Amino acid sequence: MTAATTPAPTPSGTVDPQIDLDLLRTLGAPLDGRVPEVPAALAWDDRRLHYNLVSPNNRRKFTVIVVGSGLAGAGAAAALGELGFNVECFTYHDAPRRAHSVAAQGGINAARARKVDNDSVDRFVKDTVKGGDFRGREADAYRLGAESVRVIDHMNAIGAPFAREYGGQLATRSFGGVQVSRTYYTRGQTGQQLQVAGANALLRQVAAGTVTLHTRQEMLDLIVADGRAQGIVVRDLVTGEIRAVTAHAVVLATGGYGNIYHKSTLAKNSNATAAWRAHRRGALYANLCFIQFHPTALPLSSEWQSKTILMSESLRNDGRIWVPKQADDLRKPADIPEDERDYYLERRYPAFGNLTPRDVASRAARERIDAGFGVGPLKNSVYLDFSEAIARLGRDTVYTRYSNLFHMYQQATGDDPFDTPMRIAPGAHFAMGGLWSDYDMMTSVPGLFVGGEVGWGYHGANRLGANSLLSACVDGWFTLPYSVPNYLAGLLGQPPLAADHEAVTEALDDVQSRVTRLLGNNGTQGPDRFHKRLGELLYKYAGVTRTPEGLAKGIAEIRALREEFWADVRVLGTGDQLNQELERAGRIADYLEMAELLCLDGLDRDESCGAHFRADHQSPDGEAMRDDDDWCFVSAWESPATPHGMFVRHDEPLRFEAVPLQTRNYK
Amino acid sequence: MKLTLDVWRQESRTTVGRFETYEVTDATPEMTLLELIDRLNDQLVHEGREPVAFESDCREGICGCCGMTVDGKPHGPQDNTPSCEQHVRSFTDGERVVLEPFRSEAFPVIRDLIVDRSALDRVIQAGGHVAIDAGTAPDADIAPITFEAAERALDFAACIGCGACVAACPNGAAYLFTGSKLAHLSLLPHGKQERGTRAVAMINQMEHDFGPCSTYGECTVVCPAGIPLTAIAAINKERMRSAFRRRAD
Repeated sequence: MTAATTPAPTPSGTVDPQIDLDLLRTLGAPLDGRVPEVPAALAWDDRRLHYNLVSPNNRRKFTVIVVGSGLAGAGAAAALGELGFNVECFTYHDAPRRAHSVAAQGGINAARARKVDNDSVDRFVKDTVKGGDFRGREADAYRLGAESVRVIDHMNAIGAPFAREYGGQLATRSFGGVQVSRTYYTRGQTGQQLQVAGANALLRQVAAGTVTLHTRQEMLDLIVADGRAQGIVVRDLVTGEIRAVTAHAVVLATGGYGNIYHKSTLAKNSNATAAWRAHRRGALYANLCFIQFHPTALPLSSEWQSKTILMSESLRNDGRIWVPKQADDLRKPADIPEDERDYYLERRYPAFGNLTPRDVASRAARERIDAGFGVGPLKNSVYLDFSEAIARLGRDTVYTRYSNLFHMYQQATGDDPFDTPMRIAPGAHFAMGGLWSDYDMMTSVPGLFVGGEVGWGYHGANRLGANSLLSACVDGWFTLPYSVPNYLAGLLGQPPLAADHEAVTEALDDVQSRVTRLLGNNGTQGPDRFHKRLGELLYKYAGVTRTPEGLAKGIAEIRALREEFWADVRVLGTGDQLNQELERAGRIADYLEMAELLCLDGLDRDESCGAHFRADHQSPDGEAMRDDDDWCFVSAWESPATPHGMFVRHDEPLRFEAVPLQTRNYK
Repeated sequence: MKLTLDVWRQESRTTVGRFETYEVTDATPEMTLLELIDRLNDQLVHEGREPVAFESDCREGICGCCGMTVDGKPHGPQDNTPSCEQHVRSFTDGERVVLEPFRSEAFPVIRDLIVDRSALDRVIQAGGHVAIDAGTAPDADIAPITFEAAERALDFAACIGCGACVAACPNGAAYLFTGSKLAHLSLLPHGKQERGTRAVAMINQMEHDFGPCSTYGECTVVCPAGIPLTAIAAINKERMRSAFRRRAD
């Protein structure tokens, strides 16, 4: 592994520049994903056949904690409640419907294959595995495809008004990276309609008494006793009360960590604390460096802009992406003649043009911006131009297709895309990496399960559009309700962990002392300022394009920032009231730990694959070069228990039987 | 731009609140209303004063978290726009802006600009769902839904649950909210089997926490999802329908 011979990074401040990979991490034992030993297409049927069951009369004797009320969390909590288990569901929101699944726009894929465009579950798997650049689990992709059929039926039945054709059948549309039409949608608000339907199904179980919903409660630690996850510690965000809740199993459905980049397409409250605390209690973290940068996010335009608003990738169906051929061209877009424009995606990828997958489109934009061809006041964006489509289709047709998106763009920027091209730039979006889990969605801590974006399995190194709503729904409604009872069956007759068990007391003490430490820190800077700096640093060193030198430098600077945080953060207010500064500080403290591992994972993974593009692994024409001989595995990390200890990287080898390894080519 | 902000500060549900006045001197027209408060909060924290507590999440107008009363109007000066998409360009340089929490007896203040809107969820919990368990749904193509019915259902289902309709209403009514749910589910085949019981349950729960409707229509002026006034008619329609039918569906 040649990254070990990485040249020493440039010294930065007082930080030791001698970052050598072998001084940072050791290699641990390989992991077993416990995928059934049958062809991948048959794995889910085989596994379900062998699952243990809990009989209806015994189900109420088990308590399961579900953290999160998004599509995965609401689904798992509702489905387990419907089966008769006792569910304790936690969300930091005031209402389950607010979870960030609500913000997904484009749609949800399903391999229902009703049209004669030659779609099938096998083709869905091929697209997903290939789109993920062969760094996800093939058997998981099969389960995703197989259960996708029932997901649409179920979400339709519980109230999601999917778009319909005039004949009354479900409508579909196409999405990036696929050549069939398998994306189901409800206008530009698919996530909202699915999320509201899921949240309502959850409330139905609350009314039925099977689920107890705890709103405005944030999970701050995991309780592990006798090697099993047996509870969580939560803080009531209104009263500040810290308490422990014990159960037979814990499901985390707490979303992705894209907000670590500060400016991201995620909601302001989306955070990684629940997952990171579980990691610190032993759950391995997989492939942290696999972060998707969405190519059609809005660029930063002012210092106080709070996020990078996402525009649906469907815009790339009719918009043409370009920059001026001449660097630092200050003319207005309309004044730049046609032959002085560089339609770089059409130039580089004639076969897919403006519809290349997200990672390719983001990388190409970043390359142009970094080379000095960026547009806009900060030269940090590229044009997405509809003038050709308006001329070809007419203003009315373009309006019908994109009115809500054009309106949203105008709301945000004040510019009308009918008059002037949109400006877009890559923004941190989706985390393909997440807590490592086996085929049953159970992490390396027995009894701790994951669902949705907090996990890692389906999307490899790059997620296809409209597969995230699907994976959250499949995990929540149609995977965890099978695999969690299989685990519980072995615990029949055992009560939940006693409230006075030493593991409970220890976790409570840890959380309390952390809160006390933050509140008593008496520094000079609010937590947000650290978050902003962390984000800038990650965009710089672990952004769309990475180098070993940059990642090493990133690690050094993150360590320095973390030290500064603990020396100088100021958290105003008290612990026994609603205190948003305290909430933010805790989340940012965790990001400051996580960011180091994110960079380390990127430094360690000595290849380019999917969203992880290493400048030292590219072809002469700038394409990503994967290394299947050495890197066809999932990295699953253990963090050191002490401040100066080593990270341990475990690996789970990946095998591809149905979709043989091949180089992606969109030219 | 310079803006003077009169902001409602209240420590907790049980304490007495008051206005405090702050100045932001470097506001810019492209800032959103919430980014303006972010700016103010950074300033306050830097001065060692507690920041203004307010809720927001997606900041794209879809989650329904944000909401405050701006110069007496829920969400802000621009009609049918959530607080996160209100912009400083709606104000003029030197203007004084009053920021308060949503005003409604059904939404007690938790802190500063944050209110408790759980009364809305109790309405949903009472019956705003479809009694179909995971895995038991029939094929979604078996019962055709006309294009028009799906679109109309979606017009009502677009509600983001922000509660601005309640805050705008002189009576503190939640008719627009509840009506949108009843109308949405009554248009879809799987919601119809419990149409009568749902209407009774949701309307009773609504009346427990919220005021009556006098059809002022203030709600539709502020609703970020553009829910039409016909949602209000759904309340009486569904109520009458269930009273006459006396059946579950």
